[in-house]
Amino acid sequence: MVNHEQRTECWSWHKHLKRKDPFCAEISDFQRTAPMTELSAHLPQFQHGQLTENFPDNHLSNTNDNSERRRHDNSERRRNDNAESETNGQPQNNMQQVVEQDEEDEELTLKYGAKHVIMLFVPVTLCMVVVVATIKSVSFYTRKDGQLIYTPFTEETETVGQRALNSILNAAIMISVIIVMTILLVVLYKYRCYKVIHGWLIISSLLLLFFFSFIYLGEVFKTYNVAMDYITVALMIWNFGVVGMICIHWKGPLRLQQAYLIMISALMALVFIKYLPEWTAWLILAVISVYDLVAVLCPKGPLRMLVETAQERNETLFPALIYSSTMIWLVNMAEEDPEAQRKTSKNSTYDKQAPANQTQNEGAEADDGGFSQEWQQQRDNRIGPIESTPESRAAVQALPSNSQTSEDPEERGVKLGLGDFIFYSVLVGKASATASGDWNTTLACFVAILIGLCLTLLLLAIFKKALPALPISITFGLVFYFATDNLVQPFMDQLAFHQFYI
Amino acid sequence: MTLAVFFGCTFIAFGPALGLFLFTIARDPLRIIILIAGAFFWLVSLLLSSLIWFIAVKASNPQDESLQKGLLIFGVMFSVLLQEAFRFLYYKLLRKAIEGLVALSEDGCSPISIQQMAYVAGVGFGLMSGAFSMINLLADALGPGTVGIHGDSQLYFLTSAFMTMVLIFLHTFWGILFFHGCEHRRWWEITAVVVMHLAVSGSTFCNPLYVGSLVPSYLLMATAAAWAYLLSGGSAQNLRRFLLCLRSGASPQPAS
Repeated sequence: MVNHEQRTECWSWHKHLKRKDPFCAEISDFQRTAPMTELSAHLPQFQHGQLTENFPDNHLSNTNDNSERRRHDNSERRRNDNAESETNGQPQNNMQQVVEQDEEDEELTLKYGAKHVIMLFVPVTLCMVVVVATIKSVSFYTRKDGQLIYTPFTEETETVGQRALNSILNAAIMISVIIVMTILLVVLYKYRCYKVIHGWLIISSLLLLFFFSFIYLGEVFKTYNVAMDYITVALMIWNFGVVGMICIHWKGPLRLQQAYLIMISALMALVFIKYLPEWTAWLILAVISVYDLVAVLCPKGPLRMLVETAQERNETLFPALIYSSTMIWLVNMAEEDPEAQRKTSKNSTYDKQAPANQTQNEGAEADDGGFSQEWQQQRDNRIGPIESTPESRAAVQALPSNSQTSEDPEERGVKLGLGDFIFYSVLVGKASATASGDWNTTLACFVAILIGLCLTLLLLAIFKKALPALPISITFGLVFYFATDNLVQPFMDQLAFHQFYI
Repeated sequence: MTLAVFFGCTFIAFGPALGLFLFTIARDPLRIIILIAGAFFWLVSLLLSSLIWFIAVKASNPQDESLQKGLLIFGVMFSVLLQEAFRFLYYKLLRKAIEGLVALSEDGCSPISIQQMAYVAGVGFGLMSGAFSMINLLADALGPGTVGIHGDSQLYFLTSAFMTMVLIFLHTFWGILFFHGCEHRRWWEITAVVVMHLAVSGSTFCNPLYVGSLVPSYLLMATAAAWAYLLSGGSAQNLRRFLLCLRSGASPQPAS
């Protein structure tokens, strides 16, 4: 009997851990305001929307939650107890079965843990590929067409010192804008101005999905010299945008939602690559990772406060600004939606063994998923760890904190904020746009970022709390960018010239 | 040039490696992670070796051609040694990882064995090495131009592609050999790998006399392949059975 209780997909490198540890971040999702707010200079108020939208972006969390782990531990303990009680009077094979099942579970758990890393590698890679492909082919995004108003100082100066000073000032202005926006967001959230926040989010995703993709499409057509009429373009953009809004803010197939999130991250990253001058961009990347670290881990950090507030209130944060690797079926506390509560056994597209009985609404409840852990934790704190059986679910539904977890253990996944996608892509895009080493530098930055992400996920498994996903990856990326561009490139050049191989 | 050369060279250089990746590595997430980490380790070794070379070059006279070439040769040798050192470091890391995986699983069995890790690590090293050697060339091959217009060899792209392919394979086999040597404490296997690597890199010093570099490299690759096959549990018997599609234990067909 394989108990398909909700297994936490976790793995940990700790040798002394006897049971599988959840590869889970504790809960908090939105760790910091994603810096990718800055859009174009022309729409300052937009920036607000962007910031909010980006707010939840830079974070990394695992949807497996404590309650699951507790539940799992409970069941494991029960199983172990059974085994012990059985050794007295029952044949060994019973124990063997239990042990085997546990082994199976262990192995499966481990595979799931590594699986989650891959579930994040793939979208990050895709986003970077889109950005690099665009940078390499569409010259619009490497052409200098002015700067954002948030980086008012120009970098076309006579002396190097002046340029350095200007870029430092630019970065400082940008970071302070981001900090102000984050604090504004926290304040808005604390004082329950949800309408304002939601309005922001809607406006910013509208802008991204319609306006920026229109520009992108136009530039691609120009690059490939494709003749196109406005009516067709209007139809295409309209469809693209509306479906995007629906997928991101409401419900949609998981893959489509993920694709849209990747696309808007790529669009934002392209805007940044275009409008940020060189030294400013690198400085901003460096400072943003420090800010990320501080905002998420410090007790008084804005993101941490936001998460804690949300936890206290038992609610989700903003919808769909987090990339989720699986669908989470969680009902918002305010909505006692019976059909939503039946949304279980959504197919984890990654696991073919998941039950094939889909319910009709494959809603992208990723927004709820943001706080599933909190809810779970709260619920478990109140009513104790329980198994997710139909009876328990019914019992839970009757409770005030109405949260319901998915039945399928494989559905638990990892989440990564869109801000992380954007900044990774900015780094790799800038590397491909401006490096003398060109493809070598791009490749080196790409590998460095992936390794940073892997390390971050490993730390996530060890510390089991929400972690900033930017610092390690961006540090590696920056180190490798400068090292490859200045040290490795001349070496490889000389080797290629003489056709030596190392 | 352009597309024909681009696709041809890409598939020559990376086709087998892509096949290896798709059929043996892509399915298992753990292997993909080990692959990327292997690529990362190779990259770090390259970084350090180019740092040393860069310092040496900056400290020397840029006008002196033979000195520069000498420094480059020194750089290549040093890089090879550093790559093998990082392979050893990676072996140490994977050993620790296996201990962790074993501790996690309750039956004391890790989901991936050190031999599989050795293979994947080798492919990781090889892919990264090949990518760094080949990618800029491929990007140039896409554009217009004439190869060897100034009197250099016209086979530049083709031989680069073949050299890259053999290096990727060699790294794979060296990974297996090296890890096996480390596991069983056979230092002569490790030195053999290092010597082979030095030999292959050294043979490229005769480029553009390609027969001096490609032929020995392919011979060394065949040797390393056979050795790695034997170390991984293969034998002439196994090979024969596989080629003749016999099931183990079945008697051979009369026709064979």
